Amino acid sequence: MSTDAHTDDPLHRYTPLQASEEPYAEDVLAGLRADAAQIIARYPQKRSALLPLLHLVQSVDGYVTGRGVDLCAELLDLTRAEVSGVATFYTQYKRHPNGEYTVGVCTNTLCAVLGGDQIFDEVSEHLGIGHDETTPDGKITLERVECNAACDFAPVVMANWEFFDNQTPESTKKLVDDLRSGAPVAPTRGASRVCTFKQVSRMLAGFEDGLADEGVGAGPASLEGLRIARERGWTAPSPEGSTKDTATDEEKDA
Amino acid sequence: MSTQLTPILTKFWDHPTSWTLQTYEDNGGYQGLRTALQTDQADLVQMAKDSGLRGRGGAGFPTGLKWSFLPPPDGGPRYLVVNADEAEPGTCKDIPLLMAAPQFLIEGMIITSFAIGCNHAFIYLRGEVAHVHRRVQRAIQEAYAAGYLGKDILGTGFDLDITLHSGAGAYICGEETALLDSLEGRRGQPRLKPPFPAVAGLYARPTVVNNVESIASIAPIAAHGADWFAGMGTEKSQGFGIFSLSGHVTRPGQYEAPLGITLRELLDMAGGIRSGHKLKFWTPGGSSTPIFTDAHLDVPLDFESVAAEGSMLGTRALQIFDETTSVVRAVSRWTDFYAHESCGKCTPCREGTFWLKQIMHRLEAGRGSQDDIDKLVDICDNILGRAFCALGDGATSPITSAVQYFREEFEAGMHTPAAELFPPERSTLFAKESQPA
Repeated sequence: MSTDAHTDDPLHRYTPLQASEEPYAEDVLAGLRADAAQIIARYPQKRSALLPLLHLVQSVDGYVTGRGVDLCAELLDLTRAEVSGVATFYTQYKRHPNGEYTVGVCTNTLCAVLGGDQIFDEVSEHLGIGHDETTPDGKITLERVECNAACDFAPVVMANWEFFDNQTPESTKKLVDDLRSGAPVAPTRGASRVCTFKQVSRMLAGFEDGLADEGVGAGPASLEGLRIARERGWTAPSPEGSTKDTATDEEKDA
Repeated sequence: MSTQLTPILTKFWDHPTSWTLQTYEDNGGYQGLRTALQTDQADLVQMAKDSGLRGRGGAGFPTGLKWSFLPPPDGGPRYLVVNADEAEPGTCKDIPLLMAAPQFLIEGMIITSFAIGCNHAFIYLRGEVAHVHRRVQRAIQEAYAAGYLGKDILGTGFDLDITLHSGAGAYICGEETALLDSLEGRRGQPRLKPPFPAVAGLYARPTVVNNVESIASIAPIAAHGADWFAGMGTEKSQGFGIFSLSGHVTRPGQYEAPLGITLRELLDMAGGIRSGHKLKFWTPGGSSTPIFTDAHLDVPLDFESVAAEGSMLGTRALQIFDETTSVVRAVSRWTDFYAHESCGKCTPCREGTFWLKQIMHRLEAGRGSQDDIDKLVDICDNILGRAFCALGDGATSPITSAVQYFREEFEAGMHTPAAELFPPERSTLFAKESQPA
């Protein structure tokens, strides 16, 4: 880990893109080009393919490599500087080799207050690494993450961008232990298992992984309002002259 | 009379396979589309206007009016881009909607695209929600297979393709022009307006950018009519919306209700503040909306009433904090967020959030200086209205409102650390479970 003036910065640290001059193996490169062609075909203008292409690079290299930047630049007729400029703007693009699992503890205000700060501190101590650092076995990269749109399940932890709801320091320590040991780990709301960083990166590049039908539709908190409405017989007003089906038809409390 | 919940978009979220096309159609899905495709395009825009639907992404701009700003067709492409970059702290409605019932969005997009003459629409979905990507991918695929997308939709001659585009972790991309730059493969930085996206948006073509919940609401509006929607809510804030309760409440969650419901009513449904505690402060619509206190329990949560009390309805993200919470700590963390997410394009926001963060950190640590509060307010004054986009304005909201309501806590920041006045372990949900030293 580099130690620069920003090391004390609790939220982000600046590290340069790691150049990787080692060329891709021929079959890997052929696969990348074939996938890239599919991605580019989705857009009216090819530069739009840059964000998914960078996810694709991460799906092979585990982070944004110099050779990945070169490939994107070549495919999209951009300069390397243009590609690097984009790659360094977004936090999901990693500038150095990422762990197999990114474990992100939400430490934005609401999750932090409800316990996220304590979870981060305890997990950090447990793993012996800080923000944006990776365990020596290459398994876990620990991060503080910003609001991940699951505040009703706070405190929230994300593992490779799958939801782990209503966490405690103990549950998250168990989560990272299981991920490191290879024990099966299922998100609270998500697929039946946590995919690797590379696998998820490929999915984010727009290639399906066939797991969409796994897991729940909604977690308990998402259903609170619906549950109360059912309990009290509340429904949306019926449109006049329509035979709109209603789940319950009990008398409404006026 | 108390306000009742109106489950519409949330109506079948508890179905074991709520996300499938089959479940959606069993619950009346795609009826609106069939009607809409037989309707004149101008009438659909008028329907959106008549419904009174206002943007559900926070700004509250009338959706139909936004559509009507598109110039007349010139033969070139026109685009619909859905903003699914939900990342405003506290906001957690679009992500569960897309996980549980993504077809609402797809149907709404087809109707909207038909209305504005678009043949290629995009969903810009934040990258940090893997399973939601899978569900939206799957929903698009099912819609193609059923003939709702692709060529000659339902035999009407209308063609539409939808592309799902993954973001990569940048809050600023929720700003509509930054989103467009990001979708064009650039750094997500906002554009100078005008020209507005309606005139020169994606690839400099006429473009409508709408929030997920706005477009999803179009499907039931098309099915049941503008009057049905307009009959809910208040006179100027019509219809329903998802209210997201989080924080120190007994039962946090999603409550779909007519606009104009109050926090008191919602708290009553949610079992109140967690046992043994009382309300201290809350955000009506995410961290970018000035905070409220227990004096605002009866403010109707509609655009006008919340604005009249000095805040904004925003995304109806009700983050609730009880008396154990240090307002200085809460605001300090939000300030970290804005400093981290500032895109760096404009000076007031880039430099301002940097300095706000330094001052908030020393106040939180009990090392503030005599003039820090004045300096905070002064910096906020220099950002508000002078930043390139609303991110800078948003950064000032928690600070100025917290100073207004809790000035004494900021004053205490000159000598006493926030953690001493408000031990953080008392605010956690597992306060009893672990015993920090």
